[in-house]
Amino acid sequence: MNIIFLTLGVSIAIALIFLSAFIWATKKGQYDDLTTPSQRMLLDDYETTETKKDEKEEQVK
Amino acid sequence: MSSTIQPNAGIMDRIVYDDDIVKMFLVATIFWGAAAFVVGLLAALQLAFWPANLELEWLTFGRIRPLHTNAAIFAFGGNIIFAGIYHSTQRLLKTRNFSDFLSKFHFWGWQLIIVGALITLPLGYTMSKEYAELEWPIDIAIAVVWVVFAVNFFGTIAVRRVKHLYVAIWFYIATIVTVALLHIVNSIEIPVALFKSYPVYAGVQDALVQWWYGHNAVAFFLTTPFLGLMYYYVPKAANRPIYSYKLSVIHFWSLVFIYIWAGPHHLLNTALPDWAQTVGMVFSIMLWAPSWGGMINGLLTLRGAWHKLRTDPIIKFLAVAITFYGMSTFEGPLLSIKSVSSLAHYTDWIIGHVHGGTLGWNGFITFGIIYYMVPKLWNTKMHSERLMNWHFWIGFLGILLYYISMWASGITQGLMWQAISENGQLVYPDFVETVMRIAPLYWVRFVGGSLFLIGFLFLIYNVWVTIKHAPKKEKESYVKVSPLKADVTAIGSGHRKLEALSLVFTVILFISVLVGSVIEILPTLSIYKYLPSSEKTEPYTPLELAGRDIYIKEGCYVCHSQMIRKLPFDVLRYGPSSTIAESMYDRPFQWGSKRTGPDLARVGGKYPDMWHVRHMINPREITPRSIMPSYPWLAAKKIDYHILRKKFSVMKMLGVPYDDEEVANADINAEKEAARIYEELLSQDKSLESVKDTEIIALISYLQCLGKKSSNEGVTQ
Repeated sequence: MNIIFLTLGVSIAIALIFLSAFIWATKKGQYDDLTTPSQRMLLDDYETTETKKDEKEEQVK
Repeated sequence: MSSTIQPNAGIMDRIVYDDDIVKMFLVATIFWGAAAFVVGLLAALQLAFWPANLELEWLTFGRIRPLHTNAAIFAFGGNIIFAGIYHSTQRLLKTRNFSDFLSKFHFWGWQLIIVGALITLPLGYTMSKEYAELEWPIDIAIAVVWVVFAVNFFGTIAVRRVKHLYVAIWFYIATIVTVALLHIVNSIEIPVALFKSYPVYAGVQDALVQWWYGHNAVAFFLTTPFLGLMYYYVPKAANRPIYSYKLSVIHFWSLVFIYIWAGPHHLLNTALPDWAQTVGMVFSIMLWAPSWGGMINGLLTLRGAWHKLRTDPIIKFLAVAITFYGMSTFEGPLLSIKSVSSLAHYTDWIIGHVHGGTLGWNGFITFGIIYYMVPKLWNTKMHSERLMNWHFWIGFLGILLYYISMWASGITQGLMWQAISENGQLVYPDFVETVMRIAPLYWVRFVGGSLFLIGFLFLIYNVWVTIKHAPKKEKESYVKVSPLKADVTAIGSGHRKLEALSLVFTVILFISVLVGSVIEILPTLSIYKYLPSSEKTEPYTPLELAGRDIYIKEGCYVCHSQMIRKLPFDVLRYGPSSTIAESMYDRPFQWGSKRTGPDLARVGGKYPDMWHVRHMINPREITPRSIMPSYPWLAAKKIDYHILRKKFSVMKMLGVPYDDEEVANADINAEKEAARIYEELLSQDKSLESVKDTEIIALISYLQCLGKKSSNEGVTQ
């Protein structure tokens, strides 16, 4: 049953990764706003194909 | 990367999403899905009607059952996960995938691995560890491709244009990190030949690592990535924000913290120490809450859109998928309770439970996503909504038939195994009697599976026509997205690149450190210091080991367990409960997970050699109603004596107490043993001349030693 130390070790390592990820996420303000992300993901991208107008915009850049 | 970061506010970045890779993975999903379902159906048919293997060894149940599970999980499931991740991540993070080359490498590498599995599994090259059957060269390929996928994915995160990581992304991260670790730890093995290796773990240790992996394969391959997909595609398809974003975050973190500990529930009532069983059981029950958090969140996203259930087939697929997720994650903790497990374990109930999850949850959410994605990717509409509805209803009916027949079959057989009369004897001592009772249900299951496949054929036709008639793409279509705002992160591409690199480096560093420490720890783990000194176990003789590898190759473990549980009815039927010491040299362990046939842990000496020869060549000669396939090829193929020396030397290296002389003479000793068995058989039946040196001799030698290797068997009772 010594194998338990390996599986425990790896499991704890995984838990620690997730814990640090969680702390990182919270500190970075990932969870400051829990309302708009669910709505923002619904917005589709503004899709376009290559046109002259776009080329102009490129030149402005 | 198609564009650079433009810090000037007000000007939009123009990017092209890489949808080609999504299309490739999507087509691969459909292609391998068909293969997985056909093979599954063939396997199901064989349980009802064994000659459906066409009497070919390559198509026999023991070999194609692993092919079915691998194809369903890693080929069908894997490809839709990758398609969904590459499609949704680009859109959620507003950037093209990190590297087109890595995406392509990922795609072709993964398909190559699947082809490798498709060839090696029917040939009998297997580790016999469930969902980790593939042999070491393919294991290495999986690790490489997975790391490539990880670099590509984390690279994409690093170059994102959106600061916030939407909850789906978190589910993908959990998947990628954990699957890498699980796969590497469970697959550490020492090669003997190109497609044969022995795991470094033995017996109970192998069992624990395997089910730690096995359960988390369900958790991190069939649950977290699909929840991630749910959190993107359900709101998109319903055009409603997720019910509670807060709940999604909470249930994500609790799920990933709890899931990893639940593995031992696959080993309840076995020789695994009780405390480990209890830990597994408790964590499994705890899992109920976060699982239902996801289910509720997914279903309630449809609030105010319930009318779409009537009209929109995509919503139908998604809603039913989430419902099945809820059912499976309720049933799972239930089955993890020791007393429920004593009834359900080794029966078809588990098969039903698994298929409720895979057909209902993974299958239906995949179909919903395919129907959502195909029109978007090919810029058209689905060819026929009617066919989508037909697919839904036929598939749904198929799942119900499958699920209900397996419930009935599992509970019936479980109760029959348990039945003890007033005078303390088994009511159904004859195993085959319990099989005959449920055999008709195998036909019902076959019909259920057929319906599911027919529904899928509708999908294939529908998607094919849709793509064929899709408008030709004339120009590359761009999307305009705003660049990451200056206040969000440090300005300047230099710093951003550095950030990207550091993330990638951290991942690689972590994996390498882990691999290093695992290699360091392993040798100490292989030693059985905790065994009682009173119980001595003999290692296998060369011929027994050869026979054992044939047992593994033919997939006998798929239908026969080698683990007598600490339960009265198990002990009455099969003998004293199995001990840890008995399997201490078993690489890999053969405890099994299903009893389509009886347990074999103490079959040694129960029947004469001649019985085994007759039974193996034609089981119905011994047991008229047996559903076991015939194995005539065992009496035709010669034993490979030559490799035994190599096998013995690897076993010795792994700590099995063979001396040098035994290793050097392994082949000669095996030949002598085989000759003894052969002559004994020949003296009883002169017509058996042809079985000399054939695999059946080695297999008999192995079967006859089962339960005989430990010195004080039964004392622990």
